[in-house]
Amino acid sequence: MKPTVIRGRPWVITDGEGRLIDDIDTDQIYHNAYLAVTDPAEMGRYAFSNLEGWTDFPRRARPGDILFVGENFGAGSSRQHAVDCFLALGIGAIVGRSFGAIYKRNAINSGLPLLELPEMPVGALRELEEVTVDLETGEIRAPDGRVIARARPMPRVALEIYRAGGLLKLTPR
Amino acid sequence: MGRTVIEKIFAAHTADEVAPGRVIWLDLDVRSARDFAGANVVKRFREAYPGERVADPERTFFTFDCNAPANTIAYAQNQQICRRFAREQGIRVYDVDSGIGSHVLMEEGIASPGATVVGTDSHLNILGAVGAFGQGMGDVDIAFAFRHGKTWFEVPHTVKIVLRGRYEYPTTAKDLTLFLVGKLGARGALGKAVEIEGEAVEALDMAGRITLCSMATEMGAISAFLPPSESLRAFVEEATGSRDFSYPIADPDAEYTRILEFDVSGLKPMIAAPPRPDNVHEVAELEGERVDTVFVGSCTNGRYEDIRAVAEILKGRRVAKGVVLKVAPATRRVWGRLLKEGWLEVLYDAGAIIAHAACAGCAQGQIGMTGEGEVQLSTGNRNFPGKQGRGPTYLCSPATAAASALFGVITSPERL
Ligand code: SF4
Repeated sequence: MKPTVIRGRPWVITDGEGRLIDDIDTDQIYHNAYLAVTDPAEMGRYAFSNLEGWTDFPRRARPGDILFVGENFGAGSSRQHAVDCFLALGIGAIVGRSFGAIYKRNAINSGLPLLELPEMPVGALRELEEVTVDLETGEIRAPDGRVIARARPMPRVALEIYRAGGLLKLTPR
Repeated sequence: MGRTVIEKIFAAHTADEVAPGRVIWLDLDVRSARDFAGANVVKRFREAYPGERVADPERTFFTFDCNAPANTIAYAQNQQICRRFAREQGIRVYDVDSGIGSHVLMEEGIASPGATVVGTDSHLNILGAVGAFGQGMGDVDIAFAFRHGKTWFEVPHTVKIVLRGRYEYPTTAKDLTLFLVGKLGARGALGKAVEIEGEAVEALDMAGRITLCSMATEMGAISAFLPPSESLRAFVEEATGSRDFSYPIADPDAEYTRILEFDVSGLKPMIAAPPRPDNVHEVAELEGERVDTVFVGSCTNGRYEDIRAVAEILKGRRVAKGVVLKVAPATRRVWGRLLKEGWLEVLYDAGAIIAHAACAGCAQGQIGMTGEGEVQLSTGNRNFPGKQGRGPTYLCSPATAAASALFGVITSPERL
């Protein structure tokens, strides 16, 4: 069974001035120059391949890491690569102020957990080496157990899809 | 508590409790895929469900419009993969001779008021024009929908937009649409359903309803819904062959997350400058800028009324020297009517190139792209860099497109 409490290093995706970057579109997540790549395992190398200041992310990321992102993350096209590249890196979850509607579906359908957290405690997150994210309650905790933010819990259906390992593995009620 | 339009449609298609923010299992009346992504749907389906059947072939469709007929081998292959799968499964294909899929679904009465429809087209929310819920999705989603006939969906909040006042021709539905996209911006209705009402909306013909609903995408909205009208009733009765017209309308006590009001009296012709659909100005502000090529068509402005409006302006005249005017009717039916009524001849005499019915210029398709520095005016819905070639693209109404083609510079139709 897949874990519903995810522990990992937080990455807060901010600009040079430490502000969350809003409207990161799927082309910034996964540059269209690499769309011909068909092997999902290879896609990790190109995560954030077109996002200023973050192009070295694939080298620095480790399996289990958790992304904290701004508004409308994953806006734009429906390219699946923009989800698969994070799965390839083993990213454990993405917590965002809001997501592009198609991106949200694509991620959940592929079994990549997404949580919505409209009020993002950027400062607190940046000071932590590690956080835990509880998909069922939405609680985000520091290593000492302190709750530092409460995201919207993942909807029940989204959890079912996550547990099944993706939408295509699920038989609906 | 009362329900909004989308809540009403959903409540009729689920056993779950419908409330904004809840995720429900939604029964789908129609599931479709186009040539773009269709082959991936087939691939996903075969991998996930080897040897299995689609839930209901009668409610499953392919519509080819992105690249129709295929002008790359890759597209030809993809279309052929879909056709073969369709034959195996008994699915109907609206092939490369049909036109833009979303329009075909409406014309055929397949997308009817109150229906739930999914497909691989990101502008499927255009079906709001007939009071249907339409939603574009990725290939995984559509493979699942093909197999199970249902999908999960988060019930969106609804924003109500109330329009005050009326405008006069040559301001048209497209100008109203661009005005709203400019006001709301690309995130203005992100993830929300939108209901738009007011005198100006009630006055829209079917083509105008389609224009307005098609660009809900550019406001970030899930869907846009309009009140029913006589022109809609006539369209739906013809499409479905039935006089039994029922239409989802919001309850008087429905709850809206926001209510916005705009005064559109005296609205002027509008234009979206590159690089984004929400970079909207009055046409008058940009008047005089050189235009090289003009595209009239797309799911936003490819209806009979749109193209006739262009022909009426161009009748007995010719487009400016050096300007290429490209016209692509949305569907074969629209094409045929324009032909039989003589409007294509008018366009031909004015110097236009006329393509067959498809997405044409909008999807990097048949009717040409722009090179660097080549300025294009398009009646489509997106002007992101690279979408229609290397050159800058402006979005405008058919009337503005025609006026500008005549003079070779951006021209407001008010000057005609
Ligand atoms: S005309 Fe353009 S926006 Fe409309 S369905 Fe075709 S490709 Fe998409």
